[in-house]
Amino acid sequence: MAKTPRRRPGRMIPSLLRSLFRRPATTRYPFVKWEMPDRFRARPVVHTENCIGCKMCVRNCPSGAIQIEDMGEKMFQATIDLGRCLYCGQCAFVCPKKTIELTKDFELAAFDRASLVVVYHAKPKPVEEPAASAQPKAAEPQAPAA
Amino acid sequence: MPDKEKIVRVPIGPQHPALKEPESFMVDLQGEKISSIALRLGYNHRGIEKGCEERTYVQDVYLIERVCGICSHSHSTAFVQAVEEIAGLDVPPRAKYIRTLIGELERVHSHLLWLGVAGHEIGFDTLLMYTWRDRELVMDLLAELTGNRVHYAMNVIGGVKRDVPQEQFARITSVVDALEERTKYYVELAMTEETLAQRLSGVGYLSKEDAERFGAVGPTARASGVDRDTRRDDPYAAYGELEFQVVTDTRCDVFGRAVVRLGELMQTYSMIRQVLKKMPDGPTSVRAPLKIPTGEAVSRYEAPRGEDVHYVRGNGTDKPERAKVRAPTLANLQSVAKMLENGYLADLPIVVAAIDPCFSCTDRMVAVRGTSESKTMNWEELVQYGVRWYRERGIDLSNVKMRGEVTA
Amino acid sequence: MTAGTAVLHILVFPGFLFLAVLGLAGEFVDRKLYARFQNRVGPPWFQPLADFVKLLGKENVVPEEADRPIFKLAPVFALAAVLAAFLYIPLWGPKSLLPFDGDLIVVLYLLLIPTVTFFLGGWTSSSVFATLGALRAITQVFAYEIPLFVALLAPALLANTWSISGIVHYYSAHPALWPVNLIGLCVAMVTLLGKLERVPFDIPEAETEIVAGSFTEYSGRRLAFFRLAVDCEAIVAVSLVAAIFLPFGLGLAPWAGVLLYLAKVLFLLAVLALLRTLFARLRIDQMIAFCWKVMAPIAFLQILINLVVRELI
Repeated sequence: MAKTPRRRPGRMIPSLLRSLFRRPATTRYPFVKWEMPDRFRARPVVHTENCIGCKMCVRNCPSGAIQIEDMGEKMFQATIDLGRCLYCGQCAFVCPKKTIELTKDFELAAFDRASLVVVYHAKPKPVEEPAASAQPKAAEPQAPAA
Repeated sequence: MPDKEKIVRVPIGPQHPALKEPESFMVDLQGEKISSIALRLGYNHRGIEKGCEERTYVQDVYLIERVCGICSHSHSTAFVQAVEEIAGLDVPPRAKYIRTLIGELERVHSHLLWLGVAGHEIGFDTLLMYTWRDRELVMDLLAELTGNRVHYAMNVIGGVKRDVPQEQFARITSVVDALEERTKYYVELAMTEETLAQRLSGVGYLSKEDAERFGAVGPTARASGVDRDTRRDDPYAAYGELEFQVVTDTRCDVFGRAVVRLGELMQTYSMIRQVLKKMPDGPTSVRAPLKIPTGEAVSRYEAPRGEDVHYVRGNGTDKPERAKVRAPTLANLQSVAKMLENGYLADLPIVVAAIDPCFSCTDRMVAVRGTSESKTMNWEELVQYGVRWYRERGIDLSNVKMRGEVTA
Repeated sequence: MTAGTAVLHILVFPGFLFLAVLGLAGEFVDRKLYARFQNRVGPPWFQPLADFVKLLGKENVVPEEADRPIFKLAPVFALAAVLAAFLYIPLWGPKSLLPFDGDLIVVLYLLLIPTVTFFLGGWTSSSVFATLGALRAITQVFAYEIPLFVALLAPALLANTWSISGIVHYYSAHPALWPVNLIGLCVAMVTLLGKLERVPFDIPEAETEIVAGSFTEYSGRRLAFFRLAVDCEAIVAVSLVAAIFLPFGLGLAPWAGVLLYLAKVLFLLAVLALLRTLFARLRIDQMIAFCWKVMAPIAFLQILINLVVRELI
């Protein structure tokens, strides 16, 4: 048995009494909103105007949460089932056009499974340079090619 | 009560407040003393290994990450390392450092979580609340760095997905400083609080010989004086370039396990500082092929709970032929029965918790062929069996819509 | 006292309704302080009441194997005993509602009844966890009850009366003497943790070992009444301690007396809350050893001191 300093019960009294006068560490969450950091991975948002229909995201998605449909005229509609989504961000990682972006909106609970299926309707390509809508991520490495 | 020599059989689990996951400990009690214990696994078998064989390597990384909700980075790193070895990929050094950084931050949150759970198991809820409050610091930091509190999804085959930019180093350092301060307090508390020592000292004794015989790993083994740590013995990621000590203890009891974990926390803080200082510049990932060549690899990783072993066999396609996970809890579970010998019922929760068990990670199913009871059922048959089972007990479920009927 | 006022006293003030409100408020104070000691926000003020109402609306399950009458009656007996004990304790005046010589002993035994009902309720519900909890509860009684009794009897020895009202009266007349009993106060507060089954002596309902102990099989209304009984027991016990060990300021105006009484109760509840925040739960063998080897000698020391003081006066 290694030598230990003198023990006595009730060692926590000072910090307990200090806690009494400190602001609580917990918050009344649903009433007080909680903000997640900017790079948090929650609700995926698809900027369909940039989509080129390569379906890398569909092939890579671990849970089959994404569907891309060709609506003609080089327009694509994306459907994401938030109930299946793992929020891993692999789709955003592999997308060559940075069409998919994960936002920090994490309050996704719903009473109905159907309402978790989000459809991003096809949009025509913007006339001007589309680079502005893509959110550049810090030091994004190149995506593995097919 | 059964009359057999005044023995009471107490079912601890599969549903029990002491266990956060389903596992069964059938305890035979003589008064308050444990006379024998029977352990049963398999309540939460999820078929992840089989699932891996049916998904691509890219998807497997995320599936493997979900083996454990606490050491998720450990599992995904171990898996990714195995795949990279088969594919012969040269992972850039910066990626290795980032993996090490996340892995060590994960160890911080896991050990603090353990300390709180240990406090809860012996009725010291204040310790639970305090450690979990402090753990929020590292959880928030991980959310900032990786984008999630638990499933970091940092690993991809060939590197990491996200860089940790220089601007965040100051934030990491400040969190590590704050946590180091708190950990020192817990070390002092563990050493001087009488009731804590009363409940932890001499409880769950596991001698060095037994620890080696039962193949204990991680802090459980190190608290019994077994000087073994994969980070030092078989360095992976950036551990070969870091300086640290392997914390061991000779107390061989639950108190020793707490001391080892607290000591490891202090080592971890110094390692994180070294990682930040030494992190090289460069790319964070290399391009990985979708199809991994034929070959096999074993990867070892020192998870917070002990050595995590992954085995992967590739067959030239984009899906592994076999993936095998040996979670650290499986190695430690055998020693629990030994630790509980001649123990008290009151000590059972803390002794079980002292190995930092992760039952769902470790769960596996054994089917013995040729016995009359084992039978394979498909989903339809299972639904029919369930309906029949309940009807025999007077509950009619035949009108309830089952998943199989909807999707079929 | 006419029958009408007696019923009013027993049911409303200072009887059942008053005690129940005080009990729920006491639970809130305890939980809130417990949370604040732990740096948490804690429950809102109506949480104990909300829990009570919620439990009233829940399904009442009686195990098939249980001894039905005892199982059903146990919570009622617990509450009734606590309520009866409350009537003999002087709260803010120097006299209780129904004082008689020897009511201290009666109150102590009435306060033992809840523990006995926990035992009976747990034992008859024939679940392993409840049985173990019941056994632990009754084992624990023999450990904490002796120091608690001795600590509470010491002031009576000095006052030379077995009536709580008499004790209060005596110390009001000799205000310099009540600090003599401070050691007894400490013993009483620590052993009360055992009586109220709180950490570090919450062994009979140790959640991580035996689920909820005696209460494992209780649900709905019966659980609600058991919990109310425990809440009220805390108030009664604390009032008893306040009356015997802190018998000052009893000659004040009624409103000031009530405030002082509430302040005393609040203080003692806060001490109890702090004590239960502070420790890890002991094992039953450690608990018994602690009560017999540490608490009982200290309590007897108090007796010795009081005997000496009595001789000196």
